[in-house]
Amino acid sequence: MAFYSEKVMDHFANPRNVGEIKDADGIGEVGNPICGDMMTFYIKVKDNILEDVKFKTFGCGAAIAVSSMVAEMAKGKTLDEAMQLTNAQVAEALGGLPPNKMHCSNLGAAALHKAIENYKSKGK
Amino acid sequence: MKQIYFDNQSNTKIDENVFKAMKPYFLDYYGNPQSIYSLGSVSKNAVEEARKQVATLINIKPEEIIFTSCATESNNLALKGIADAYKKSGKHIIVSAIEHISILNAARRLEKDGFEITYLPVDKEGNIFEEELKKSLKNDTILVSIQTANPEVGTIQNIKKLVSIVKSQSKALFHTDAVSACGTIPIDAADFGVDALTFSASVMYGPKGAAALYLKKGVKITPQIEGGVQENSKRSGTENVAAIAGFAKACEIAKSEMVKNAEKMRNLRDKLISELPKKIPYIYLNGSKKNRLPGNINFSIEFVEGEALFLLLDAKGIMAASGSACANKNLKISHVLTAMNVDVAVGQGSILFTLSKYNSEEEIDYLIEEFPPVVQKLRDMSPLYSHFLKTGSRMKAGPGTDYDDNDHEHCDICDEK
Ligand code: FES
Repeated sequence: MAFYSEKVMDHFANPRNVGEIKDADGIGEVGNPICGDMMTFYIKVKDNILEDVKFKTFGCGAAIAVSSMVAEMAKGKTLDEAMQLTNAQVAEALGGLPPNKMHCSNLGAAALHKAIENYKSKGK
Repeated sequence: MKQIYFDNQSNTKIDENVFKAMKPYFLDYYGNPQSIYSLGSVSKNAVEEARKQVATLINIKPEEIIFTSCATESNNLALKGIADAYKKSGKHIIVSAIEHISILNAARRLEKDGFEITYLPVDKEGNIFEEELKKSLKNDTILVSIQTANPEVGTIQNIKKLVSIVKSQSKALFHTDAVSACGTIPIDAADFGVDALTFSASVMYGPKGAAALYLKKGVKITPQIEGGVQENSKRSGTENVAAIAGFAKACEIAKSEMVKNAEKMRNLRDKLISELPKKIPYIYLNGSKKNRLPGNINFSIEFVEGEALFLLLDAKGIMAASGSACANKNLKISHVLTAMNVDVAVGQGSILFTLSKYNSEEEIDYLIEEFPPVVQKLRDMSPLYSHFLKTGSRMKAGPGTDYDDNDHEHCDICDEK
């Protein structure tokens, strides 16, 4: 069996929603204490709904696939729904991750949540 | 799809003539070398002929060869076996910080068993500090183990010089792990003056399952595998006759082709080393430029991560390796890059191409063509790169630069610790 699932490889090689949002409503940046990688999420909010989600990631195949999947899953969700998103759900949606790569999945949801908190802290 | 193999430090393709030399020992001559009827004698002869051939490659006597199953076993035997045999004379051992993991972990085991280990530092190109070696030698130093060349960054040590330092100042024995050098560049163990030397078939177009430890006549060793009388009772266990015959053939071929092959690989290597930086900015060569294995190319590529690099290359049929933390099972950046003081964020972008005699100029050209867009693709999604483009400054990254401690409370890896 290959190291990564087909889904992971697909999201890694063709990541969705890569980029920055210039006038983002919220930005969340998270560093990986284990291997030192980094993720930044940008969100655009309208009527309490995540209208747009984009990311930039410095990291391994799993980290990039996780970012892509998180952005895809979060888009169109309400802020509350998006805050419920867990790393386990992300890993599952990707068809699983190798055990030593589970920590990469923590980053994705964490960075998204941070972006939402950042938006809320602006008191809109 | 094209399949281009640039990971020859981990394993080489077997030479067809090696395979041919092995085949009869599977199907026709399957006797145990220790059996004295005729079928056994054929096997016995094969092993003894192989011993001569293998010894010739490094210019020592056949009876000084101990066949083992792999380089890891040879290294373990050398370190633990010599340490045990000489522990009455002292308990201090010196190894370099960039040794293969089999040396480092054997050293750690000895440390637990009461030996004192000095881990010799290296400079930023991976060369041993000779002064540090001189300083670390003590009255009770029994063994020094320094590799001939580093498989990851390609740096070749001046073993003859290091041996002379050790011998002039102490009674310590000298072992060298020559796995990545043997069969690639000429190695003369007698001229080196070493007491023990590890080499292996699997990285010189030979099979997996055969390696050797050269042990100079008169040097004592405690066997690490107990059993019968094989290998002069220094390494028991039924001989892997086919693999040993293949090892011998690989040595014979290496002896005649090595210089020519090295020349070819050096040219390809140098082309890559000079062309890639022209197409990719912020790229740094790891290891020595001058004293470098002919087939070794190791670059750090800033703002991207190594596993992502080689996965995208794999999608184009190119197989490479990386010393990045993410590419390592233990999620730590390679100990070699760490010892060379490579910045952790930069080391995350390490990519390693190791060539063999089978690689062609077309393959190198293909890589030069395909690699820069792969780097660009990853840089385009790297927050470190966009930060750099915007501000001209480098963001801190790397293990320990935690942006939010609370974000990894459910991390199973952290929990394990
Ligand atoms: S980001 Fe480093 S292992 Fe995934």
